[in-house]
Amino acid sequence: MTIDLYWWLFVSALLFSLGVYGAISRRNAIGILMSVELILNAVNINFVAFWRYTAPGDVAGQMFALTVIAIAAAEAAVGMAIVIAVYRRTRTVAVEELDILKN
Amino acid sequence: MQGIVDFIVSLNIPLVDEGIARLISHVIFASIIAVAAPASLVILTWLERKIIARIQNRIGPNRAGPFGLLQGFADMVKMFTKEDITPAAADRVPYNIAPGLSVISSIMAFAVIPFAPGFIGAELNVGVLYIIAIGGLGVLAILMGGWASNNKYALLGAFRVVAMLVTYEIPMIIALVIVTMVTGSMSLQDIVAAQSGLNWYAFSMPLVFLIFFIAGVAETGRSPFDLIEAESEIIAGFHTEYSGIKFGMFMIGEYVHMFALAFFTAVLFLGGWQIPFVTSEGYLPVWLEAILGFIALNVKMGLFVFIMMWFRGTLPRFRIDHLLDFCWKFLVPVSIVLMIAVAIVVKLFNPVGLATPGLLLVIGEFFALLIVNVGVGGAALFFVSRAARQGRNKTLRSVTAVDAPAPASK
Amino acid sequence: MPDLSTVVLADLVPLELIVFIFFTLCTLLGGAGVVFSRTLFHSALSLILSLFGVAGYYALLSAGFLAVVQLMVYVGAIAILILFAIMFSRSNNQPEKGQANHQWWISLPVTAVLFLILMFVIGSVEWPVSDVAPPDDMVEQLGMAFLGSYLIPFQVIGVLLSVALIGGVILARDRVDTEEM
Repeated sequence: MTIDLYWWLFVSALLFSLGVYGAISRRNAIGILMSVELILNAVNINFVAFWRYTAPGDVAGQMFALTVIAIAAAEAAVGMAIVIAVYRRTRTVAVEELDILKN
Repeated sequence: MQGIVDFIVSLNIPLVDEGIARLISHVIFASIIAVAAPASLVILTWLERKIIARIQNRIGPNRAGPFGLLQGFADMVKMFTKEDITPAAADRVPYNIAPGLSVISSIMAFAVIPFAPGFIGAELNVGVLYIIAIGGLGVLAILMGGWASNNKYALLGAFRVVAMLVTYEIPMIIALVIVTMVTGSMSLQDIVAAQSGLNWYAFSMPLVFLIFFIAGVAETGRSPFDLIEAESEIIAGFHTEYSGIKFGMFMIGEYVHMFALAFFTAVLFLGGWQIPFVTSEGYLPVWLEAILGFIALNVKMGLFVFIMMWFRGTLPRFRIDHLLDFCWKFLVPVSIVLMIAVAIVVKLFNPVGLATPGLLLVIGEFFALLIVNVGVGGAALFFVSRAARQGRNKTLRSVTAVDAPAPASK
Repeated sequence: MPDLSTVVLADLVPLELIVFIFFTLCTLLGGAGVVFSRTLFHSALSLILSLFGVAGYYALLSAGFLAVVQLMVYVGAIAILILFAIMFSRSNNQPEKGQANHQWWISLPVTAVLFLILMFVIGSVEWPVSDVAPPDDMVEQLGMAFLGSYLIPFQVIGVLLSVALIGGVILARDRVDTEEM
């Protein structure tokens, strides 16, 4: 393996930071959900990189990654359903206009 | 394949070792497939129009060349020389990528098909999953094309098509899971090798074969599931705004997908390159087995292509709500029940202690699978006909508005 | 004159590094596209590019099954779901104000600091790297693990997906005929 573990962790950390920035500062609810998908993917890269470099004989790393993929699928489904339901009621998806509970 | 790699290595080109030789052989085969698959389109369009014409009691194209054989070339030339109109408000990048993506996803499916013993593009041990993933890619191309055209009707057409494609992926995936369970491996090489002798899965699991083929035909968007090219509805669906070679590429993608589906059905259910009692018995030289196997696979594939063209010539188009009802209310429950039943049968006939089951167990498994398939199919048809009869009774009573004297539908 | 007949391409060109750089470009450019794109549709397409890059990563890390599952679930299902939601909500009124909300000038340095902290923590640990090769029959082992020692997570995932399916259908159902809840 000519590539160090650090490279993988660097890419994963960069993707994670991009995802966190997107989740905090996107205006659109769907954009926030897409950034959360980026975060989950970064975490998965981390899991699989650690599995490959530290304990390749064990299944645990890939098992975690598969579980995270399944959970991401469920979360994306419910999140999109909520977005569509909110859009039907209020005709907007911008999160700063959804302020019924404010003040 | 290994023979070709050894030949390249023996040429002793500097810098070339086994890995690079393997890469070169892969590139050669990929180029052959990438050229042959769309080139076969030329023959396929001619064949389709001739067959449909004969079914409809007319002759079909016979002007362009002897027997109209050059019709495909004429179509190609027409497609190339048509004006390429791009709508002004369309999204550039997805609009241009979508037709290419459609063709790419169709051709990528040929990577895992075992054409002959030892000749396979990529020996993935998850070949079946690869097929499913490639199907998802084609759906993406349609969505991109529909949205980027900036046309309400194209978008609506794309929605309908994607809804149908995503729905029909489910019975196809369950049928593939059943085949994987019976074989014990997801690699297409192993699936073909497990169908030696008369142990073709189309004989032992006819219902699974039917479900896979029907779901596959729906996935390709052929008639009778052809909402995509329903010329009388919704203008032209998601490729309304495409003209010239981009439209041609969507057509190429559809035909190559049909080709790939025929290959997959032949490989998964009809034994691929196996000829019963001739191949894999060991008394033929390897190269002869390869050639005979390749010819056999092509014959089986041709049978399925003919059946798909037959469908197009005879069956009327389904309505979208009939389509979705058929999948959700019939195919999905039947395939799930079938998966459970086949799992039980496979577990019964493959006791954990045995490494290679004896002949009695193999034959027993064959007939048990057959019985389970026919049983589940019969039960499904019984329930569906009973539900249909009750529906008809209810409609009859509500329409006639008096108590129906006798059930008129019996 | 050095003996050229035993030199192979893999010695001269680091092939693994080239593939890694290619997939890194896909993933990071896709990630940047998700966060910084003008239109929501372009964000979704960049997300798909990023997911392809991550699938390539898994293949490079000898997790072939995971790579195909990633393609099947993420690109084949979740990306299509996101595209559907974008097309349904038809948020064409966004590009005037841009995609970043009013606090982006705080969150950008904060996430940059987060990234630097992560890099510092990662770089200061000596990870115990082992040279064992991954097993050949990974898929069988995964299957046995799902029904063996990891049975409960498997069942919980099943329940979670069923609940998400039912909940999604109920949430996004057409409610024209029912009164306001």
